Amino acid sequence: MMTKISPRSDLLMLVLFTAAILTMPIWLAPIGAGYPDLLQKFAIFGLFALGFNLLFGLTGYLSFGHAAFLGIGSYAAVWSFKLLGMNPIPALLFSVVFSSLFAVAIGYISLRRSGIYFSILTLAFAQMSYNLAYSVLTPITNGETGLRVLQSDPRLFDSSSEASGPLISNLFGIEMTGYSGFYFCAVLLIIGFYISQRIFRSPFGMMLRAVKSNQNRMSYTGLNTRPYTLAAFVISGTFAGVAGSLLAVTDPLAGAERMQWTASGEVVLMTILGGAGTLLGPILGAGLIKYFENIFSAYNEQTLHAIFSFLPDFMEGAVVSLASLFVGEGWHLTLGLLFMVIVIFLPGGIMEGFNRITKLFRRRPSRVGKRAGHSHSPASANAAE
Amino acid sequence: MDAIVLQILNGLDKGGAYALIALGLTLIFGTLGVVNFAHGALFMLGAFCAVAFNKLIGLEQVVVDPTKTTAWGTPLETRVPYIEVWLGDTGTTMLNYSVPLSIAFAIPVMLLVGYVMERGLIRHFYKRPHAEQILVTFGLAIVLQEIIKTYFGANPIPQSAPDMVRGAMDLGIWIGFDPGTVVYPQWRIVYLFFSLSVIGGVFAFLQFTTFGMVVRAGMADRETVGLLGINIERRFTLVFAVAAVVAGLAGVMYTPILPPDYHMGMDFLVLSFVVVVVGGMGSLPGAVSAGFLLGILQSFASMNEVKTILPGIDQIIIYLVAVIILLVRPRGLMGRKGVMET
Repeated sequence: MMTKISPRSDLLMLVLFTAAILTMPIWLAPIGAGYPDLLQKFAIFGLFALGFNLLFGLTGYLSFGHAAFLGIGSYAAVWSFKLLGMNPIPALLFSVVFSSLFAVAIGYISLRRSGIYFSILTLAFAQMSYNLAYSVLTPITNGETGLRVLQSDPRLFDSSSEASGPLISNLFGIEMTGYSGFYFCAVLLIIGFYISQRIFRSPFGMMLRAVKSNQNRMSYTGLNTRPYTLAAFVISGTFAGVAGSLLAVTDPLAGAERMQWTASGEVVLMTILGGAGTLLGPILGAGLIKYFENIFSAYNEQTLHAIFSFLPDFMEGAVVSLASLFVGEGWHLTLGLLFMVIVIFLPGGIMEGFNRITKLFRRRPSRVGKRAGHSHSPASANAAE
Repeated sequence: MDAIVLQILNGLDKGGAYALIALGLTLIFGTLGVVNFAHGALFMLGAFCAVAFNKLIGLEQVVVDPTKTTAWGTPLETRVPYIEVWLGDTGTTMLNYSVPLSIAFAIPVMLLVGYVMERGLIRHFYKRPHAEQILVTFGLAIVLQEIIKTYFGANPIPQSAPDMVRGAMDLGIWIGFDPGTVVYPQWRIVYLFFSLSVIGGVFAFLQFTTFGMVVRAGMADRETVGLLGINIERRFTLVFAVAAVVAGLAGVMYTPILPPDYHMGMDFLVLSFVVVVVGGMGSLPGAVSAGFLLGILQSFASMNEVKTILPGIDQIIIYLVAVIILLVRPRGLMGRKGVMET
């Protein structure tokens, strides 16, 4: 993991990653996550977090309004379905164009400031988009009901099909639901992973990391950092837009609540949980959160009673009532606690945890000198992963 | 003209709430250097102090009267709050004034909450980056609001103002308008004066007491104050608790205007942060004036005349103002030099 990075190790990583993603239906089945709806979510939110990480992990700019791009991507995709037909390819193109346009505009303004001001500016833009989508832009966004594809829409390319069933996005005849939907998302996730890997290894990525470690010094050397951060912002926004359009591809519906700032908070949490600034971390974080959300919110009082039935009666009641606070409706409580615990004890996320464990095993006297160099900068060691 | 006066009045009470929350945020930021995303949750906790107090004094005694029967033939049950049984008319009055009375209940609760929060969590985050402070307090806010949701449910719980100030008042005749043009709910006037007096109290506390002087000195130069042998951290803990009380009181008194539900804090938090930024990070007068200013701007933007020209402006005006301010006056309206300028 912390060995030298070479093109070959990168290639190996990509191949392993691809294999792992594509075989997810098999190896996730034993833990009850091997069904397509959840797998699609893993891939989509993995992509979303991957994109967010390109901004936050590399440059350190904490955007609290990234969900806006997710929403814009969704709306763009649904409009493409409405106008051009149910093929996901134009939908993806549409959302890439729109989300990157918005990202350029928002990023151009927000990136004039840094630190907490940047967070608040992005938050302000996301809230503006959310409020507008709910109120004035109702002709475009269909307000509270959410935007959906209707039989009466023009759908230039496939309006001839007389199918009366529910409208499902399909790629040249392959319906984008179930496993085919998952594989479509998975392919995009792998492409996204490849792009982000290349950015991490490129001089451009190095520049972004330099911005994170000390922007002032960068400016003193006579370098204008803004084009670099803007590029990172736009790439990251486009990733979010693609993720949004995938949400619409797997389920042709877009609602304004996707842009709410709690959604922005969720992607921050995913990235932090997995490990900001690492390649695999955000995907891991996204998967974990979606998995636990799914598992925890499915529990109710009965299932809890079934689980704890081995306990004596008087204890069972107490344990069940305590546990029921954290599952079902109370899933958000677990999420909040998890958030706090991670930030307090493991700011580097799960990947940092892995690194600490591997370090523990590698402790050999002969390598003390080498390790001392590493331990100076845990962040950079992390990033180099 | 009367419409303008009415809109200014409408903006003032919301502005009062923004100002109180922003004041607390700024106090915490100025003293501890911590960006507290859980401040909205404190506002919400205050509101639920009022709800809890109302429930507490409203506990009812069930009296079964065997001589009378209801229409269904069961013995007539009358429910009388214990407090009326024990205290008679005084009890009835107390029930009527439950919202103002819960201030007395909210102050110790919020002091305790603030103290525990600072000592238990925030203290460990002084030296950590702002991003981590934001994240941990954001997590705390989620936890607090979920706990409230578990105990009080997800629906808004309406609270009523005392009878005396429940109605509306015709303010227009006092300042020379025709009767019936500027009619304004009395409780909102109470809220306005309440928020002004709390703000005045906080400023007096900082300006005229020795404690406040030390705190101000600590805000200006923490290290030097520490070198003079003053335990500045302990005082800052109290400042945090005071900020929590201010937010809590803002919440208590706001309950008759907006029925509290568990996520009201988040809605106010985002706006209050914008208020702080517009006012200037670390500037107390800036926070207060920006609070009132944005409250008024928002109520002007929701006038029908404005909305027909610029549809949707009422939804985004505050954010729009914040964006413009941040771009043209990076320090905010009254921000001091050197405080979080980047």
